[in-house]
Amino acid sequence: MNTVLFLILFPVIVAILLLVLRQLAVRKFIVVASTIVLIVASIFLVVQYFNTGAVFFEFGSYAINLGIFIIEVILAAIIIFISIKHKQFLAALLMLIGAAATIWFEIAHGEEVHAANNLFVDNLSLIMTIIIGVIGGLIALFSLGYMEDYHHHHPNVKNRVPFFFFIVYVFLGAMFGVVFANNLMWLFFFWEITTFCSFFLIGYGRDEVAIKNAFNALKMNLLGGLGFSAAIIFLFTNANTIELNQLPGLASAVVLLPVALLSFAGMTKSAQMPFSSWLLGAMVAPTPVSALLHSSTMVKAGVYLIIRLSPVFAFVDGGALLGLFVSMVGAVTFLITAFMAISQTDAKRVLAYSTISNLGLIIVCAGIGSYQLVWAAIMIVIFHAVAKALLFLSVGTVEHNLGDRVIESMDGLITKMPVVAVGMVIGIAGMFLAPFGMLISKWAALEGLVTANPILTVFVAFGSAATLFFWTKWLGKIIMIKEKPAGFEAKIPTSEKFTLTTLAILTVVACLGFSLISKYSLEPFIFANYGNTYMLSQSNVAILVMMMAFVIVLPLSLLFHKDINYRPQYLAGTNTGEKEKFYGSLGLTREITLRSFYLSNIFGEEKLFKLGVISSILLIIIMFGVGM
Amino acid sequence: MSGINVWISVVLYIIFAPIAGGLIAGIDRIISARMQGRVGPPLLQPFYDVFKLMAKESIAVNRQQKLYVFCFLFFVIVTGAIFFAGGDLLLAIFALTLASIFLIIAAYSTFSPYAYIGAEREMLQVMAYEPMVILTVVGMFMVTKSFNVLDIASYSQPLLYTLPGIFLGFLFILTIKFRKSPFDISMSHHAHQEIVRGVITEFSGPELAMVEVAHWYENVFLLGIVCLFFASNWIIAIVLAIVVYLLEIYIDNNNSRLKWQHTLGSAWIVALILGVGNIAFLALR
Repeated sequence: MNTVLFLILFPVIVAILLLVLRQLAVRKFIVVASTIVLIVASIFLVVQYFNTGAVFFEFGSYAINLGIFIIEVILAAIIIFISIKHKQFLAALLMLIGAAATIWFEIAHGEEVHAANNLFVDNLSLIMTIIIGVIGGLIALFSLGYMEDYHHHHPNVKNRVPFFFFIVYVFLGAMFGVVFANNLMWLFFFWEITTFCSFFLIGYGRDEVAIKNAFNALKMNLLGGLGFSAAIIFLFTNANTIELNQLPGLASAVVLLPVALLSFAGMTKSAQMPFSSWLLGAMVAPTPVSALLHSSTMVKAGVYLIIRLSPVFAFVDGGALLGLFVSMVGAVTFLITAFMAISQTDAKRVLAYSTISNLGLIIVCAGIGSYQLVWAAIMIVIFHAVAKALLFLSVGTVEHNLGDRVIESMDGLITKMPVVAVGMVIGIAGMFLAPFGMLISKWAALEGLVTANPILTVFVAFGSAATLFFWTKWLGKIIMIKEKPAGFEAKIPTSEKFTLTTLAILTVVACLGFSLISKYSLEPFIFANYGNTYMLSQSNVAILVMMMAFVIVLPLSLLFHKDINYRPQYLAGTNTGEKEKFYGSLGLTREITLRSFYLSNIFGEEKLFKLGVISSILLIIIMFGVGM
Repeated sequence: MSGINVWISVVLYIIFAPIAGGLIAGIDRIISARMQGRVGPPLLQPFYDVFKLMAKESIAVNRQQKLYVFCFLFFVIVTGAIFFAGGDLLLAIFALTLASIFLIIAAYSTFSPYAYIGAEREMLQVMAYEPMVILTVVGMFMVTKSFNVLDIASYSQPLLYTLPGIFLGFLFILTIKFRKSPFDISMSHHAHQEIVRGVITEFSGPELAMVEVAHWYENVFLLGIVCLFFASNWIIAIVLAIVVYLLEIYIDNNNSRLKWQHTLGSAWIVALILGVGNIAFLALR
């Protein structure tokens, strides 16, 4: 229990230290040391609790609840002040309503509210702990070098690096709070803090676009937050409980509406359609922010909550129908964002759409809530976190070296920046290719959906086809063998190099060790909560591991020199004799340039986005209808 | 199937699949030639071609392409091995996708304009057939309650009766998978359609031989899936596979290549109507 408290409070203390001690050398020391401490503490917590099942802690008192309430009110006041200052009255209004609800609830019921257990740890929290502690910590480490470079590349942006790190660490602390909280009011407190943190990080650049997108994110997440507080008020007044672990045991009349509201909150936080635009807008922030939002914090909080609700969908009367519509929102999001990713030329946007798409698949699985699908959902969370962190940070490093982050300029990255390129290949392969991570979870998802609701597999079938297309064309660009331009020298700061390598190794380890992860952390959790457990059959695991081994070992054959007669590419007889050059019209010497398919006529953002927004809004309305 | 039998069937598959595949290719060439009013090559011509290619000098743009092409062949063989050992059908499909990605990557790595166009079009093909392939497996599971090839094959009733839509849909994408006109957009074996052969432009000698052999393995695997639709009676199953292949030859020789938009559009519409229709029917029943 002390470790749990430590994990929540330690990042906050580090954050304050970083805000006060502003020297670069001191910051370096603190960040490196705290990353090590975070990782060690996360692993220590796992060692402490991975065998104990769910452990609940009463910890809490009226004083703590009051303290949380006061901080909430102060933060709300700050947000309202900033919103009004920027003439964002809608944001101010949403915050005001939220704050009013909180204050009313505190005055009306503050003293009666009592949770038997405020905090808890189970294997799902532990998995999230590792993701937040290790990946979050590594991202903070990466930011050390990156933010120096960032201000070098963006001389117009005011240097507020201490503030940046302050927010990053508060963010991590709040995420720990989200995954350990059993008291929904506490969970909501940490939930809102992640909203505010992402608001400040997206707006870091303080230019017009950054401010606009930051407020966009704030508004959508505050709307979700309103859903959350409505759920708490409804639950307390009707069922007299505010504890997460009590939900599956409640009568369907009192639990369905709050669960619909909480799912709604989860959807806004996970940037599901129609709220996907805030996560895309978040791209204006420095790249580590994107990595943080996409892999270990923020969006993962949303799907975490929905996974926690899945026993309600599975076991409560009428929960299945509610869950079906939650799943449908996820399914529409999964499909449409996978399509839209095809038409994107900006690497970060491709990654963003792919994130939203994967989160959609997690929600599809959690909404059905069968033991097999929850297994798949959590596996996607794990693989997505590590591979996406790797990919975002790699794109950040590439951007600083190539000058932009357009996929077209990554031609022949493997010859220009071999180490980063190999990392990206690992990340991309981990995202969609058999036999690696994500594919294993998609496999389980497909198997689970066929038994639960075969129509949902249609979304997976088409969505996966699109996924294949946009990843492969990017992969192809990276591994092209192209002459390195003369004078090109990649500069990668040590902290970035270290983080990228570690994440690449972690991705490989997660892929190779998935059956161990499943056996020791996932299966006990699934069994305890769903009465049954899922695992791929032994022979399939053996085949998968064998395939992985081959994919890893076969490239070693490149080391052996082979008797090959090297010739330039076929250029219809117009080769100049120099590599990659040909005679164009009028005998001019030209260089080969190759451009990919983006199919924007078919998969263009505009049309599809409208379609997605309309259908998801309809589905959410039906979802609330079912909840009532 | 238990231990030793699995390995025997895998070994038999690895040895006999390329022989069967090569013979099918030989027959294909003779029938195609007759349809075009030619005599055509001898039956064993595909084998002569491959042996000759293997004896040639290795010429390449870069070192990596050979590795990727080898991985393509390797994972096509893995696909068939999983299938004929009675393993998990979904896993076999995923392995085949991995193989196709390696072929595409091999073409990309050469940084050659012709191979590049071929690779992009190959990706379009993969995107076009993938949904229908997954829906086929889903449909088979809905009827037999198993993803296991052995369980599916030993199901009491022919799947064709309950999965007619899925069967027709699968036939449709089979044209793409067999690289037959009108959907041979990434590479065509008809000289009147392209002289530079798309995705395999930069492969020659032993590498090209590997690509050919991989296609033989792949075709045998695909015909194996066709047989699953009538697995309760293996004679009818094989007749069915032969009829399907003859039909594909007929389609191939009576169509010219269409644009990629038509490939993608028609394959997805077929998957939506026949595939999803059949699944919806089964789900509502």
